[in-house]
Amino acid sequence: MDLCFQPAHELGRLLREKKVSAVELTGAVYSRIDAVESRVKAYLLTLKEEALNQARAVDAALAAGEELPPLAGIPLAVKDNICLHGVETTCASKILKGFIPPYDATVIERLKEQRVVFTGKTNMDEFAMGSSTENSGFYPTANPWNLERVPGGSSGGSAAAVAAGEAVLALGSDTGGSIRQPASFCGVVGLKPTYGLVSRYGLVAFASSLDQIGPITRDVRDCALLLNAIAGHDPRDSTSAPQEVPDYTEFLVPHVKGFRIGIPREYVGEGIAPEVRAVLNRVVELLEGMGVQVEETSLPHVRYSLPAYYLIAPAEASSNLARYDGVRYGLRVPAEDVVTMYKKTRSQGFGAEVKRRVMLGTYALSAGYYDAYYLKALKVRTLIRRDFDEAFKRFDLILSPTAPTPAFKIGEKVADPLAMYLSDIFTLAVNLAGVPAISVPGGFAGHLPVGVQFIGPPFAEGQLFRVAYALEQETGLAAKRPAL
Amino acid sequence: MKGYEAVIGLEIHVELKTASKIFCSSSAHFGAEPNANVCPVCLGLPGVLPVLNKRVVEYGIRAALALNCEVARFSKFDRKNYYYPDLPKNYQISQYDLPLAQHGYLEIDTGNGRKRIGITRVHMEEDAGKLVHQGTVTTTPYSLVDYNRTGVPLLEIVSEPDMRSPEEARAYAEKLRSIIQFTGISDCKMEEGSLRVDANVSVRPAGSQGFGVKTEIKNVNSFRALARALTYEIERQISVLEEGGRIVQETRTWDEGKGVTLPLRSKEEAHDYRYFPEPDLPPLVISREWVEEIRRTLPELPDARRERYMKEYGLPAYDAGVLTTTREMGDYFEACVRLYPRPKTVSNWVMGELARLLNATNTEITASPVKPEQLATLLKLIDDGTISGKIAKTVFEEMFNTGKDPQAVVEEQGLVQISDAAAIKAVVEKVIAANPKVVADFKQGKDKALGFLVGQVMKETRGKANPQLVNQLLKESLE
Repeated sequence: MDLCFQPAHELGRLLREKKVSAVELTGAVYSRIDAVESRVKAYLLTLKEEALNQARAVDAALAAGEELPPLAGIPLAVKDNICLHGVETTCASKILKGFIPPYDATVIERLKEQRVVFTGKTNMDEFAMGSSTENSGFYPTANPWNLERVPGGSSGGSAAAVAAGEAVLALGSDTGGSIRQPASFCGVVGLKPTYGLVSRYGLVAFASSLDQIGPITRDVRDCALLLNAIAGHDPRDSTSAPQEVPDYTEFLVPHVKGFRIGIPREYVGEGIAPEVRAVLNRVVELLEGMGVQVEETSLPHVRYSLPAYYLIAPAEASSNLARYDGVRYGLRVPAEDVVTMYKKTRSQGFGAEVKRRVMLGTYALSAGYYDAYYLKALKVRTLIRRDFDEAFKRFDLILSPTAPTPAFKIGEKVADPLAMYLSDIFTLAVNLAGVPAISVPGGFAGHLPVGVQFIGPPFAEGQLFRVAYALEQETGLAAKRPAL
Repeated sequence: MKGYEAVIGLEIHVELKTASKIFCSSSAHFGAEPNANVCPVCLGLPGVLPVLNKRVVEYGIRAALALNCEVARFSKFDRKNYYYPDLPKNYQISQYDLPLAQHGYLEIDTGNGRKRIGITRVHMEEDAGKLVHQGTVTTTPYSLVDYNRTGVPLLEIVSEPDMRSPEEARAYAEKLRSIIQFTGISDCKMEEGSLRVDANVSVRPAGSQGFGVKTEIKNVNSFRALARALTYEIERQISVLEEGGRIVQETRTWDEGKGVTLPLRSKEEAHDYRYFPEPDLPPLVISREWVEEIRRTLPELPDARRERYMKEYGLPAYDAGVLTTTREMGDYFEACVRLYPRPKTVSNWVMGELARLLNATNTEITASPVKPEQLATLLKLIDDGTISGKIAKTVFEEMFNTGKDPQAVVEEQGLVQISDAAAIKAVVEKVIAANPKVVADFKQGKDKALGFLVGQVMKETRGKANPQLVNQLLKESLE
């Protein structure tokens, strides 16, 4: 049996039944990393020694008969914008090279309580700005299903690691689709939780009002288990929702008869690759076969998502990234005075996409432009949120493709930022509205996986899991693995 | 100033004396080793988030109510973006268009009676750190950064442009300090930077209603410096206009040594702060119940206390005003009056001898070596004739220097008043005998002569003779 491709819930059972040790499991993951990482490049840094130590401690606890949490001993990869105490965190940016956080993100604290084994930090688009992981300040990651293609982004390293068997679970972050789009491209499950469900403390901010940490996993049950571990109120994050979190695995029942699902016509119009449309149609058939009512609906303002997003996110980013100035940590390019030092450090430390967004955001917030750009974008955001509110009066969930195409070729869109931005056209509105959405494998376009996205009302993660789980049972796609 | 009128508004920053900082749990106390009071949050490390300290809001509401402001039901924080090495995030969390409170006022005393000065707004923000230069900012080879102050809570209190002279500006600033200090939310020490004043000033032809071009003056480190800087700046602006020039809108810095204001940066060089709502903090909703609860706990404020001192103790307005400049001074006065119920006498001593020695030794009244009980005892010693009023000043100074009780000082130094008529009589006789010419002058009606003779008797007794008795016995002997 290939341990690396088993889901966490199955591995957890094997560990508890002592059929497998945590050290064996961790060892298997690192063997897999040794075998494929030079081609996939999912990681920026691996933590083999520390991981094996964690695994040994879990084995000792199991041997001592301790009752351990569900994810104890499970190898998990962490996107490099999430702080892990004592481990270099760069956000795949040269400007943060050498930064070692003296604290854990809240999600890491919670996963340490679960006694998860941390495999390493995964590659990403620099500061989570991008849709292909090509904007990494260090190197691009390849899609395990086709090494000439991108894994998506910005959480491309995390999605590729899970798909390639280099980790069992992974954490990503999603500001405009950065979990869901790579999950779709890599044939794994990815959830963007409701804004406020998962603490952002220790997540290096890109756009604070949009960012959420979420799970990237092999199947829906793992996704629910990982969300169980990381969700819940955190007093260190003032935007974290003070509410009770259910056990999400209780929603994993294959009965969805009577569910009402809307498909917004704005999301099935032009710009969708035919093979993606075919996957969506097949998914609709499967859902209808399970007794789900699928109807067309409309989200009239979502067509303004892209312009609104590319004002709000860069505006927040221009301020959030101001702290990388060479004064306190990370890169410093010395110069004769402080202002020149700022300029040289930021010129050399940031990549082109980050600079583009910092400039966009700075411009949008400037005196005389604020009302026309930033404030207008906020108003559009409110309208988009209302569209979803309206839709959820009639539908339990909304269904759409996750991305308009399957994974595209490395280099194909790097020279055309707008084409790259369009890759997130179906995912952006979800972040603007603050609602949860899951991407789950829906089918294939040739040898490339294609995901579909279910969107729910705030805090309806349980319903997302229920439908995604039912669909997963029908498609059987969770068992698929790339021929790497 | 002839033909011109000054228009002045002040922006005052007050550091709140909360235990912890505004957005993290690091200590907010002044005076620690550099970079001792820091944590990932106030250092702005990647990934950290601010959490609002409730006490800061409470203190802010307390100040707002004391300044007669309306507290907003709905308020929010914004980011003010600018680059400076003492600002770890390169933005300051402040409040922009929806401040904590607005539309307040306070009253000052002017030559023409009381005057109401409007308060535009009160808002909360985080303080920046401090750069330590080697020498001056322009010549330093490198600078060190101390982030202890980073994130210490501040209130910014902005006045209306209601002041018309440097004296009014100073009176406003001093009154504001008194009020804030009475509420107990800040030490308001200009020398420690817990109260900072920036002044906006313009001039216009007397009688005109429009506003001239203003300049902003920074770096005033005392109330005296504020008045001096404004006086200089007003004169400067008038002479520019008189010479046919134009005032440039700019920020100027006060050079205390040279006694001049100097240009710092022009309007064109001013920052575009690119304010936008702080996404890491939800809007602040303040319940009326909470505001009323805080209102109920407000202490008596300077104006009310001043009124009470005039009514209850019959003090003149001047005394009542001085004694209510700080809460501690009033508390000292009242503690003393409780034990020695002659308010005007106590007031004279507190405003006179005590204030003089406190100033000379740069001592806070709360740390006064002479406690209110000791001053009361001293005053009783005068009343019961143990010592003379004159000797009492000597005793008081000794008490201040040593912290000893008045009785101890009087005994140790043998300063007990001589009220023995026979003993004084002998000295009187001796003085009369030694000064026949002065005695003759007195008999010819020169009243001044009596004073000289009294002085001679006091000198002979080293000041210890009871002055009333000396007077009385001299007159008897001379008649």
